[in-house]
Amino acid sequence: MMKKCLLDFRVVENVRINSNYGLLKLCVVYGTMPQLDGGQFVEIEVPDSKSTFLRRPISVCNVDGGLLWLLIRNAGEGTRHLINLPVNSVVNLMLPLGNGYSRPTDKERLTLLVGGGVGVAPLLYFGKFLRAEGFNIAFLLAAKTKNDLLLLDEFRKVAKVYVSTDDGSMGEKGLITKNSILESSEISHISCCGPLPMMKGVAAIARDRGITCEVSLENVMACGLGACLCCVEDTADKGNVCVCKDGPVFNINRLKW
Amino acid sequence: MCLKNPVMTASGTFGYGSEFADFIDLNRLGGFIIKGTTLNHREGNPYPRMVETPSGMLNAVGLQNKGIDYFIEHIYPEIKDYDTNIVVNVSGASVDDYVKVCEKLNDLERIPAIELNISCPNVKQGGMAFGTTCSGAASVVKACRKAYNKTMIVKLSPNVTSIADIALAVEAEGADSVSLTNTFLGMAINTETRKPYLSTITGGLSGACIRPIAVRMVWQVANAVKIPVIGLGGIMNGRDAIEFILAGATAVQLGTANFIDPSITVKVVDYIADYMKRHGINDVNDLIGAMER
Repeated sequence: MMKKCLLDFRVVENVRINSNYGLLKLCVVYGTMPQLDGGQFVEIEVPDSKSTFLRRPISVCNVDGGLLWLLIRNAGEGTRHLINLPVNSVVNLMLPLGNGYSRPTDKERLTLLVGGGVGVAPLLYFGKFLRAEGFNIAFLLAAKTKNDLLLLDEFRKVAKVYVSTDDGSMGEKGLITKNSILESSEISHISCCGPLPMMKGVAAIARDRGITCEVSLENVMACGLGACLCCVEDTADKGNVCVCKDGPVFNINRLKW
Repeated sequence: MCLKNPVMTASGTFGYGSEFADFIDLNRLGGFIIKGTTLNHREGNPYPRMVETPSGMLNAVGLQNKGIDYFIEHIYPEIKDYDTNIVVNVSGASVDDYVKVCEKLNDLERIPAIELNISCPNVKQGGMAFGTTCSGAASVVKACRKAYNKTMIVKLSPNVTSIADIALAVEAEGADSVSLTNTFLGMAINTETRKPYLSTITGGLSGACIRPIAVRMVWQVANAVKIPVIGLGGIMNGRDAIEFILAGATAVQLGTANFIDPSITVKVVDYIADYMKRHGINDVNDLIGAMER
């Protein structure tokens, strides 16, 4: 396992996607960025926040040209601070954390990367990795409206993108679990990240159809190291385990969903 | 037990130590405390177990651990060779449970001390129930004293009217040291959903927000007992550690601070050394209770 470290990063670019989402592009101030796997995350400090003090766990969205991308949803005081960080501010990161998605076994049949809301973040980086390794992949992304679809152009650079929106403003209208691509018999593997009801829906389909499926959880977390035991998920095989250390990615067969 | 410096870690915030080995040299610590260990495996409380609050956090982990036998077989061999004091925090649902765990730990050569946890606010049986009355606290310590002949620290609950009275009660039964404070019982409600943030409704409050209360309690207890006092409660940096020592703590424990900076403990060790140099102090013992009035 890659050694974990604390590293200062400088905000090179802060892209405000809309009032709810920001994309931070960060470079290491001094030292070397450790190798990161798709589905792993970082714990980012929130500088100068008045009401928060814990780090925030954020998925690795991309590593591009030496820059680490973090896609952040405004979910409260801490993340609101993060998406408003001025360019050139320095933030401390603890990384790499968590296990990451596993490599599918079948390169020929389709691996579908299914994401909703800010949950699309880890799929971009993981998708790039799979593409480079020669896997047959596609994305299925969902959001409330087309304006809430995050980083769509980036996903399109990597592979074909199927879309579901609640209001039908892009792609198929309705829940992601009703998207017709999920009926394809080509799918052999699903890597998923998104809101809990969405992941549960996708897991149910995968289970029905005998498709291997992994999901990434985002339980409320403190240390990120498996020490505080706050972020536990009750698993079928080992009872309560830490999402930060044993996850965040779990095969659905381990979950009591 | 003799410490190379006054900096230790608080139970339940430092895992088995190895979780932090990527960030610090564990041998530089005065000691670290193994998370609450019980006779049998405990699953702990259901999720959600944590919510951040102003300058603090509430937790309701509920002593999740794999039991003392698992610790002895699987964890102890991995960590026993660290050149620091490894202290096991012991908890139980009954006096008998505490005693059985103490007996097993007494035989471990590389464990110089235990910390009796009579102050966990997150378990239904035992835990804090023993630590909130003088007679309850005394009963656990008395029984464990017979079963354990090395250093026995007793971790006190702040959720009492007079913590000094509890400290005196455990001192009278042979405790070698007291550590305080454990977390403060608290709760928080999500006003949008009208639901409590924790599955257990109430939980233990830690972090910088409790520090002034913990400092006051350490000062009161240090003035009441003759045994060494270990101070903890919201120590976030070296300055805070010095504050506890000036209030009367012989050593300190860092807890919640480890979640923000996993290397904070060694920074505090360095800060104390630097503080002593700046103030012309050669022996850290000269700082204990050295608050001037």
